[in-house]
Amino acid sequence: MRLTDHEKAMLDGSHGAAKARAMDLLLRYGEALGAQRLVETNNVAGAFNASTPSVRALAARGFDAVYSELNLDSDVVVEVPRMAVNTCQLITGIDNAKWRIQGIPDDLAEQQKRGEAFFGRRGINMHATCTPYQVGNVPVLGEHCAWMESSAVVYCNSVLGARTNTEGKESTGAAALTGRIPYWGFHISANRRGTHLVEVDIPVDDIMDWGLLGYWLGEIVQDEIPVLTGALLDPTLIKLKHFGAAASSSGGVEMYHLPGTTPEARSVEEAFGGRAAAGTLRYGPPQRRQAYDNLNCARGRKVDFVMLGCPHNSIEQVWLIASMLEGRRINADTALWVHTPRALRDTAERNGYVQMIEDAGGVVMSDTCPAISRHMPKGVRTVATDSAKQAHYLPAITGVQAWFGSVRDCVDAAVSGTWRGTLDG
Amino acid sequence: MDDVAQRTLVLRGRRVVGGCAEGEALVTRETISGWGGINERDGTIIERRHELRGVSFKGRVLVFPGAKGSSGWSAYFHMARLNGVAPAAMIFTRMTTKVALGAVVTRAPTMTELDQDPLAVTETGDWVKVDADRGVVEVTKR
Repeated sequence: MRLTDHEKAMLDGSHGAAKARAMDLLLRYGEALGAQRLVETNNVAGAFNASTPSVRALAARGFDAVYSELNLDSDVVVEVPRMAVNTCQLITGIDNAKWRIQGIPDDLAEQQKRGEAFFGRRGINMHATCTPYQVGNVPVLGEHCAWMESSAVVYCNSVLGARTNTEGKESTGAAALTGRIPYWGFHISANRRGTHLVEVDIPVDDIMDWGLLGYWLGEIVQDEIPVLTGALLDPTLIKLKHFGAAASSSGGVEMYHLPGTTPEARSVEEAFGGRAAAGTLRYGPPQRRQAYDNLNCARGRKVDFVMLGCPHNSIEQVWLIASMLEGRRINADTALWVHTPRALRDTAERNGYVQMIEDAGGVVMSDTCPAISRHMPKGVRTVATDSAKQAHYLPAITGVQAWFGSVRDCVDAAVSGTWRGTLDG
Repeated sequence: MDDVAQRTLVLRGRRVVGGCAEGEALVTRETISGWGGINERDGTIIERRHELRGVSFKGRVLVFPGAKGSSGWSAYFHMARLNGVAPAAMIFTRMTTKVALGAVVTRAPTMTELDQDPLAVTETGDWVKVDADRGVVEVTKR
């Protein structure tokens, strides 16, 4: 790889040991990719928190040791300086206020808080959400970013038109200290054009529809770039958040185009950049049914736990759930957890939405989700969720069975304790 | 033993991570998730509908199309290495940032862009030597 003089100086240790280790990792990573050079970034979203039991031993040696091993892949412990560029923390494993409800041991909650105090003072903004674009980190068209979190990456590329590959813990750790990331993949205009045309033959309207479409699509196209046409109704932040999360779980979609909606595709022609589609796919009732059946692995109708808010809910989604719950009471044997970024939870509390959900017996959480934390209410065997992503991952990670459906299906299941959702309501 | 059983194939390709290692091949035509797709404590695949569900890659040469899913791919393969359950070597066909960074931090010899499709010419149980420094893969059919 070709390095600039400043990059060479960072690599040879002129700017301290941490930046040297960061450059070493970026060099190994860039060469693995076959990248020619690095690109400057001033927007890093990574995972720096120390909230899992497996980090306990490292954290006992201090947070320099945690960052050196897990965020730089460094065998030697280096002192972590201030971040060189704008950097934020994505989702964590622990709700800083409600860890006891999660079932997290107190010492782990304290470990996360100590870590946040350490990293916060070094400039890592503790958004603590999988959706940084909901709480103020909204990069502009063409901005080079280094983001983790597959659902945020696909949103960043597709909806915002900013540029990021799916980075990892180590590459974001290195980018935060150097302001550099390999110039490869989605940073390059030619790699952002559509590859496959997807003709959607049925109306796609609510969150559930968008989740099903994304779940089906990701499994088929893997990491290709689909261009979708058809009756894609009302593609708002909420729906695109669920769609991208689903497509980057069943597959590895990092970018898509909705001609007329997303910024790099005013038309189908522009989406493909003048090239022909490598293939055309059709989405109709059988494909929708297949996605639904693949997601619904549960057998028993009794629902122990309802999880809403993956990716983290917007304030409108919290309001919708609060409205649906007003005057109702959640079943005594069923738990309901609603997840939203902490900054939005403050708004929800101010508006009275949190009280409305708590009055019905639910909990409003922030900072985490069950798939990340691996914590749910004790004894849960069957979970219901409106998130294709959570329905995909929770059974693999925790061994539970999952029902997937609409927000209303899930709220009704929380109240009755029984799953009655169907594909067509 | 007949000739086919003793056949050794030589494939050439590009180094992703240097080094030389050998082991029994574990071959899948399905992409793999890191976070949410593997158990980093024993190296098993845990994805619900994956053809390798319940199978461990510990000490084996993992031959697969590449990565999918979460950005936690590298972090989970990194932890698999720290836990002593990482693959001995990796061969993949589809380059992504997830699999590239994952291979780097797993520190296992890794290759891609081979002159024959490794998913077609290797099978689980073959003995595979990955000499990433020389850019050579030797496959001894079982």
